[in-house]
Amino acid sequence: MVEEKNNIRMMQGNEACAHGAVAAGCRFFAGYPITPSSEIAERLSAILPSLGGRFIQMEDEIGAMGAVIGASLAGVKSMTATSGPGFSLKQENIGYACMAEVPCVIVDVQRGGPSTGMPTLPSQMDVQQARWGVHGDHGIIALTACSAQESFEQTVRAFNLAETYMTPVILLLDEIVGHSTEKVVIPDHEDIEIINRAQPGVPPSEYLPYSENERLVPVLAKFGTGYRYNVTGLCHDETGFPTNDSSKIGMLINRLSGKIEKHRHEIIEYKMTMMEDADIAVFAYGSVARSAKSAVERCREKGVRAGLFEPSVLWPFPYEVLLELAGHVKAFVVPEMNLGQMAREIELAVRCKAPVHRLNRVDGEPINPSQVYEAVMEVA
Amino acid sequence: MFDYLKYVRKRNFPHIWCAGCGDGIVLKALIRAMAKLEISRDDAVMVSGIGCSSRTPGYVDINTLHTTHGRALAFATGVKMANPKLHVIVVTGDGDATAIGGNHYIHAARRNIDLTVLLYNNYIYGMTGGQVSPTTPKGDRASTAPYGNLEPSFNISGLAVAAGASFVARGDVYNVKKLDKLIVKAIENNGFSVVEILSPCPTAYGRRNRMANPIKLMEWLRDNTVSVAKYDKMTPEEREGKVPTGVIADIDKPEYTAEYQKLIDKLKVGK
Repeated sequence: MVEEKNNIRMMQGNEACAHGAVAAGCRFFAGYPITPSSEIAERLSAILPSLGGRFIQMEDEIGAMGAVIGASLAGVKSMTATSGPGFSLKQENIGYACMAEVPCVIVDVQRGGPSTGMPTLPSQMDVQQARWGVHGDHGIIALTACSAQESFEQTVRAFNLAETYMTPVILLLDEIVGHSTEKVVIPDHEDIEIINRAQPGVPPSEYLPYSENERLVPVLAKFGTGYRYNVTGLCHDETGFPTNDSSKIGMLINRLSGKIEKHRHEIIEYKMTMMEDADIAVFAYGSVARSAKSAVERCREKGVRAGLFEPSVLWPFPYEVLLELAGHVKAFVVPEMNLGQMAREIELAVRCKAPVHRLNRVDGEPINPSQVYEAVMEVA
Repeated sequence: MFDYLKYVRKRNFPHIWCAGCGDGIVLKALIRAMAKLEISRDDAVMVSGIGCSSRTPGYVDINTLHTTHGRALAFATGVKMANPKLHVIVVTGDGDATAIGGNHYIHAARRNIDLTVLLYNNYIYGMTGGQVSPTTPKGDRASTAPYGNLEPSFNISGLAVAAGASFVARGDVYNVKKLDKLIVKAIENNGFSVVEILSPCPTAYGRRNRMANPIKLMEWLRDNTVSVAKYDKMTPEEREGKVPTGVIADIDKPEYTAEYQKLIDKLKVGK
């Protein structure tokens, strides 16, 4: 029992994220100071060298993203963390990681925007940027977390998904989750599932880094292991060299989206609370999900059948699950700290089968349980 | 005779560079330097940005990484930190390294991280068709300086010295034997090394500045480059229009990944 207690710590969501990264095997972090994410960099600057890993504070956000990709290609699990303005700057190289299929994790502790916006106040205004911030068609995975505990767990999952699908994975926290100190149970190392990227099973002479395979996921050798290949952000063929062959370009761009789509059912995760008989589904994520959960419980006390749908993966989006739900519920209520960025996706998903009511807050204040409660009661 | 074929990816030839371009001369000099130092192809990584020079990695049979515009040094920093045993060579150009990538250039130099930078200076944005670059000489014409460049040009070797690089040299594609020696020294140096290589572009720069014939550009390099030692003794009047080549800085100072390893070792002992 004593041992169990040693695994329980009080920590911030940002700190839990740093510990989750280390647990997942992250041994390189490159970052740039930005509120409200800096504690992630601060923690890792202390932890990583003590584990033989390396930390670097780069000259800017763009450089941090570049260093993370370089380190990952050299075979080390790598991460960066930022907030809105930095997330904007990183998009160029996140696109590179999508194109070259380099696994890495980008944490965005969301604050209000646009521009410098609200450095110390929470928002969920980057959820669409996570999907479409990169120019060009591409697939992306974005996770979210509502507590310090989930911050730890979702960071581990972000690394596992990155290594499985050879892609950048974005973890969207918000300032409330990042800065709230609460209980975190750190699982024993052997109880944490850790996935490491596949390595080539063929000799270097037969190796094609981007060869077509059933999973649509390439097998990229770590630099320095005898497989000498080329990595580029230009459209390339299976050899990794640039190509102007339209059939090869078409295959590549389709595959970059297709590899995420093909595995969407393995990637998508969500939690449903009191949804079995619900008339009203509250769709909420991040810190707002906690207010929503409390509100749903109050609604039930008043005899209103409300339930909570809480996605832990925002991208790929669970369109089919919501369409199915739309056949059972009277309405959706979507509280968000933005002007309805995910509500749009729900509308797209449910194809007018159920109304989608928005509850938006963009003044830097959290959405509290009473607001969600009132929004549900109004619809009920 | 030296066997270049061992080091190149034959499938990618002919190369994309224009007739008269100096970039192929740099490629061969680099291969000779790697061979001389017996660098294993498996242990070498070449990182580049965007531009004509940055297409070099495609032709060299080592681990190669063609990145985003200006960011080669940031990617290379990650590669080197993740695996300090790798020889990391960065190929970049005047626009790539000192305009869009200027911030990474000065900070990589400041850290003195063990990267070897071959900075091809062609005085122009060649790949995009001849726009003015930070090194286009004042008064020269470019597609975006049709009336002549109004801006003073950048001393990009001087910038690296000022920012803290431990080895800085300038070479050119006419004096190739000298260039070979400079590249060897740069790779040998344990720290941030820059070789600025004058490789003027006949197509995009020369054509607009009465040097469309590549031979004219070669003659210009022959007639206007002087050794650093000679340059130091020249009067300001004599220096006018001359470019010093050779070793500009060679300083013994701590290398970044070695310093980081010391930290790791210290923390291990403390446990």
